[in-house]
Amino acid sequence: MRVLAAMSGGVDSAVAAALAVEAGHDVTGVHLALSPDRRTLRSGARGCCSVEDAHDARRVADELGIPFYVWDLAERFTEDVVEDFVAEYAAGRTPNPCLRCNERIKFSAVLDRAQALGFDAVVTGHHARLAGGELRRSVDAAKDQSYVLAVLTADQLAGAVFPLGSMTKQRVREIAAERGFAVATKADSHDICFIPDGDTRGFLARRLGVQPGPVVDAATGATVGEHAGAYGFTVGQRRGLGVAVGDSRPRYVLGIEPVTRTVTIGTADLAGVAEVRTAPPTWTGTAPALPFPAEVQLRAHGTPVPCRVTAGDDGGLRLLLGSPQRGVAPGQSAVLYAPDAERGDLVLGQGTVLATA
Amino acid sequence: MSSSEAVYLDHAATTPMLPAVLAAMTEQLGRVGNASSLHASGRAARRVAEQSRERLAEALGARPSEVLFTGGGTESDNLAVKGLFWARRDADSRRRRIVVSPAEHHAVLDSVEWLAKHDGADVTWLPVEPTGRITPEALHAALGTGEDVALASVMWANNEIGTVSDLAALAEVAHDVGVPLHSDAVQAVGQVPVDFAASGVDALTMTGHKLGGPMGAGVLLLRREAECTPLLHGGGQERDVRSGTLDVAAIVGLQVATTLAVAEREERAARLSVLRDRLVAGVVAQVPDAQLNGTPLDDVVAGGPGRLPGNAHLSFPGAEGDALLMLLDARGVECSTGSACSAGVARPSHVLLATGADPDRARSSLRFSLGHTSTDADVDAVLDVIGPVVERARRAGMGRR
Repeated sequence: MRVLAAMSGGVDSAVAAALAVEAGHDVTGVHLALSPDRRTLRSGARGCCSVEDAHDARRVADELGIPFYVWDLAERFTEDVVEDFVAEYAAGRTPNPCLRCNERIKFSAVLDRAQALGFDAVVTGHHARLAGGELRRSVDAAKDQSYVLAVLTADQLAGAVFPLGSMTKQRVREIAAERGFAVATKADSHDICFIPDGDTRGFLARRLGVQPGPVVDAATGATVGEHAGAYGFTVGQRRGLGVAVGDSRPRYVLGIEPVTRTVTIGTADLAGVAEVRTAPPTWTGTAPALPFPAEVQLRAHGTPVPCRVTAGDDGGLRLLLGSPQRGVAPGQSAVLYAPDAERGDLVLGQGTVLATA
Repeated sequence: MSSSEAVYLDHAATTPMLPAVLAAMTEQLGRVGNASSLHASGRAARRVAEQSRERLAEALGARPSEVLFTGGGTESDNLAVKGLFWARRDADSRRRRIVVSPAEHHAVLDSVEWLAKHDGADVTWLPVEPTGRITPEALHAALGTGEDVALASVMWANNEIGTVSDLAALAEVAHDVGVPLHSDAVQAVGQVPVDFAASGVDALTMTGHKLGGPMGAGVLLLRREAECTPLLHGGGQERDVRSGTLDVAAIVGLQVATTLAVAEREERAARLSVLRDRLVAGVVAQVPDAQLNGTPLDDVVAGGPGRLPGNAHLSFPGAEGDALLMLLDARGVECSTGSACSAGVARPSHVLLATGADPDRARSSLRFSLGHTSTDADVDAVLDVIGPVVERARRAGMGRR
């Protein structure tokens, strides 16, 4: 195959590209320049396209002896990922920008362009298994990225290659070290790439300004405090609420109402939800017939829970959870899995969480 | 495809080293001697360096004392722009203005912008003709009385679109108001007639690796009476304007390359322009809406070529330059787009933007530059693939909406 390896400058995508070369594919490396203002990221070790990351990616490509180019997708990334991220928070929801980037940038803008230029597929360093059109969890549960890939459709998956899904992160680093890649020991990126200092609340405050509103106790309806912006909160959040309620029981964010900027908090017994409603779902393969049993994961790195998947309103889904869950935030993706301990849990599809009950 | 099989059409970036250069450099690299030392080894090194200086001066129409060896074109541009600015302003504090073309190489542009940001320089940008040329009338208008101007800088031939300006006419205009003129002639030397004395230019940048010499060796021709403040301080080797132990092997290589390029210029230019014309005609035959940037192929300025003989710079509406480059690279054809930022992101050519081209045209351009190893087979290789490549690049778009 002629494949395009998306190379971020990190160890995962470096090894993915190397494995694609060793598998006999005709590989071209591409680094995606995603930040509209490269200079601000120049000194950062992480970042969407710091000069260092582009350099690291180029070094690996040169060692592999493959062509390497930088594609400027800053405009698309800003519009489809960063602005979407800000708008979602402004609307009281909790978006997942990595999922959005996979859906709209890596396996849309990049894949489309690659295919138009004559490539058969895009290779990335995602930790997930993809074989025979079936997307499954990585063997490395701690590094599994199937959650942020579940939004991909069968067509998109047909143009994707994930060489790392059957190995642990440890093995990835070993392979990089065996090949003498300088990035073998490069630190993992944990934060959102366009917020390199990790201060999401500060980033949103700069973008959205101070938007004070009340913090209300669900049990009494009383205003128990004030906040500087509802975007600083996520449903299920426990720390950093900045309020003191009479008793010492922990309080959780139960809901965010963007118009009145009201953040509602309550005790653990009020925080659990048993039912989740989603937007119209996407499926990684043929749409399954409703209803059916599945496991659902309600946030990145969340624990999957059994559920019954039924038809909801307006083409969406209604998920009946086997046990009440805390921290189900609108805007997050409800990813459905068919458990399979042997071959890895199969990703069925996902729907964006709209509401809970 | 390995580079030995590649169709190399990026000679304006760098061109293969000439065998005579390699031989001369290898011989010198085997010897010991610092050209500043007083003993026999030092004298031998100095003799080689000074012979090179004399031969270079002769080839370029300069006096030997006007040849300053530098580390390359970028250093020569920095030294000329900053050195002339500092010296002229120190002599008369009113002289804070730099008159410069926006189509210059970044070595000039960024030096000027650095002076503006850090050292109080005011910049007057010259209007650029749609062909890329700077006219004497435009320079005259921009200089005014000249009394507040530290220097003017206009390149001899543009590195992207190959347009040649009339430096003698420009120097005359500058001298009429007492302003020194610097010219970046990196692309011009060996391609079009360059005579330093006859041109009247006060400072001229050239480099070796564009004409078959080594990288990292350049020259600033600096008129004897021109005052120029040094960038590099130390041993004062080069007229106290530039310090650093002379790299004698590189200097010999630079000299051999330059004297050969100048001696063979007419013959090579005639051969390359025939190849280049065939390349452009063949591309346009397959891609009828391709647009030639710069001057017409047969343009004449000051009695010489108005366009570098090996330069073909074309825009392909609806296609991205970097997609074209990638597709050609995959087919073994090596050429170039405009400039890239330090992360490697393709940028619309600042040269084309300066000529008034819209950003889409500037983004859709490719430069093919021919040189001493170019053959008919190279042209054929481009013509074999250009039609389908442009068609495919047009389908690919650029991830923009």
